Amino acid sequence: MSWKKKDLLDIRSLSVEEIGEVHAAARTFRDVIAREIKKVPALRGKTVVNLFAEPSTRTRISFDLAAKRLSADVVDFEASSSSFRKGETLIDTVRNLEALNAEFIILRHAAAGAAQFIAERLSAHVINAGDGAHEHPTQALLDTFTILQNRGRIAELRVLISGDILFSRVARSNIHALTKLGATVVLCGPATLLPDTFRELGVEISHDFEAELPKADVVYLLRIQHERQRAVYFPSIGEFVALFGLTSERFRLCKPDALIMHPGPINRGVELASELADGRNSVILEQVTNGLAVRMAVLYLLNGGQAPLEH
Amino acid sequence: MSHPLLIKNGRVLDPASGTDTLRDIAALDGVLVSPNALRGLSGVEEFDATGLVVCPGLIDLHVHLREPGRPDKETIETGSRAAAAGGFTTILAMPNTIPVTDSASTVAWIRQRAQEKACVHVLVCGCLSQGQKGEVLAPFASLKKAGVVALSDDGRCIQSAELMRRAFEHAHMVGLPILDHCQDESLTADGVMNEGYWSTVLGLHGWPAIAEEIMISRNAMLADLTRHRVHCQHVTTAGGARILREARSRGVPISGEICPHHIALTDAGLEGYDTNFKMNPPLRTQADADALVEAFREGVIDILASDHAPHCDFEKEVEFQEAPFGILGLETEAGLFLEHLHHRHGIPLMDIVRALTMNPAKLLQIPKGTLAEGAEADITVLDTETPWTVDKHQSASKSRNTPFHGQTLRGRAVATFVSGRKVWDLAGFYGE
Repeated sequence: MSWKKKDLLDIRSLSVEEIGEVHAAARTFRDVIAREIKKVPALRGKTVVNLFAEPSTRTRISFDLAAKRLSADVVDFEASSSSFRKGETLIDTVRNLEALNAEFIILRHAAAGAAQFIAERLSAHVINAGDGAHEHPTQALLDTFTILQNRGRIAELRVLISGDILFSRVARSNIHALTKLGATVVLCGPATLLPDTFRELGVEISHDFEAELPKADVVYLLRIQHERQRAVYFPSIGEFVALFGLTSERFRLCKPDALIMHPGPINRGVELASELADGRNSVILEQVTNGLAVRMAVLYLLNGGQAPLEH
Repeated sequence: MSHPLLIKNGRVLDPASGTDTLRDIAALDGVLVSPNALRGLSGVEEFDATGLVVCPGLIDLHVHLREPGRPDKETIETGSRAAAAGGFTTILAMPNTIPVTDSASTVAWIRQRAQEKACVHVLVCGCLSQGQKGEVLAPFASLKKAGVVALSDDGRCIQSAELMRRAFEHAHMVGLPILDHCQDESLTADGVMNEGYWSTVLGLHGWPAIAEEIMISRNAMLADLTRHRVHCQHVTTAGGARILREARSRGVPISGEICPHHIALTDAGLEGYDTNFKMNPPLRTQADADALVEAFREGVIDILASDHAPHCDFEKEVEFQEAPFGILGLETEAGLFLEHLHHRHGIPLMDIVRALTMNPAKLLQIPKGTLAEGAEADITVLDTETPWTVDKHQSASKSRNTPFHGQTLRGRAVATFVSGRKVWDLAGFYGE
């Protein structure tokens, strides 16, 4: 047990050892959530606030369940019904939550850097559940955990991440996690959504999806995030599918054991053919299950990693 | 009426006359005179400038005083005090006030207020377009009659090439220089920082260099076409410097300015999402900063300014993308230029002083920036060597938004004389 960080804000500042520590704890919690009684007392008496200032269903529910399975008291706080609408600033909101003795704040926010901003100003533990186009660290931790579970290693695997890279916090967190763990990361997508500056993060860049598919051990697909984009980036969804959609036909170019991954929500028939999402190479639902274990692991480690896991 | 003034034993640097010599400087009734003229007079105020540089009062042609409209950020009074404490005797107030300075009545209000409250000379810059909206030209002639010395939509940039062409033509007839904030807004929508490696890492929306360079190019072409002088505010990119070099080599009447932060800092400073590193135009790369220093050394860029932009703490204490652009500048400007241009890059003091005195005076067509006898006795005394540490809590400004807090710089102003009267030195301010 060597976890020292107060917060989980990004992958970029994590060491390989810290990533390994989360993975090791997540393995324990995979076992816990497979039990008949899925709840452990590790965070009993602690208050966790799920502060989602941007709409989210799966991540919010995953954190909510993770905290509850650790016996924490969980408060849900959503932007639509919140004080943000009344003009309260983010920092005032979280200071109020801390004044109510919230020990953990899980923040989803549209502004890059929002989690770091509040973490530097609070003594509460802050978990970044996605900040703008910056990072989504628990997503990368659960993705690498899923690859490890399926392949036993990450080093020397070739991971193809395809889709809207520019606006994707999932891509950034995974780039950092995968390169730290020794994978070769290849980014693929339309030139407008994949500027050359990404090369400086230590990855390869390609705009030729079909040329990359046969070489990839993992094909990680990202959706086009309509809500973040103005029309100038791409002519049409049809043009995107024509170039970067993983169709059944293109899937034949892949290695037989290539993993298909996606952070969700999937746009079936756009970046990923429906039958592939449900096919035997897909580990998309495993990612979701692992997400719960990884988020339990993160809460557990931030809490000091000492509390008992048995009743 | 002020006492006769004698500044003794200083190294007098006067770019307007090419003077660089140890001698005394004297003022009588607010006007520079020969030291001999003070002989036999009583009550002479003496200032010992041994080991110090004495130069014309510094001029900053890019200052946001926030009044009228946002006196919680800054007022003409506090902004002028920050200027005096930075060694500036003349500042040009940008027109993005509330209301914007697009009418004679607002100009008159500012000048009246400055008359009553300011401890340095406050000149007024009028808007280029009505309401700073970039749609209809402001009334340049009546603005000039009301006292403006330049035109700018600073903070905004007229996007229409046609309207900008007409602005050049009309301003040429009226006889007012144009200062332009060069920004193609279609390329900077949502942008909050330089587009590059750090915007990629931080997930912040990028603000590409070409957004600035396209407008510098446009301005060079329009200046060439209309033969009207245009000044590009806060040039930040290597490409911008290159365009200016090319245009000036052909005799196009165009100039550029550098702000201290664009050579002292880079976009790597944004790593912690500190909003004191958020400005418009944004901090660029080290290669850009180096190119700006070289452009200054060559004389391609020959004006220095601060873009003093005060904001309240509560406005800056927000998520990065929500924070307003801009930082304080007046009190750290001389120190940063001395540190970064003179001490680190060996640029002669004369060139730095010229870019802070004579050159902005010539651009604004004002009889300042000189130590010639008969000129108004605006004088700045600089200690170019002694290190000091920036302390935002000591600032004369109403705001505290500076990324330089805690930095040690070599050189600063140590005394400021306006119209022959000492308004500030290291001991503090001097009232009427």
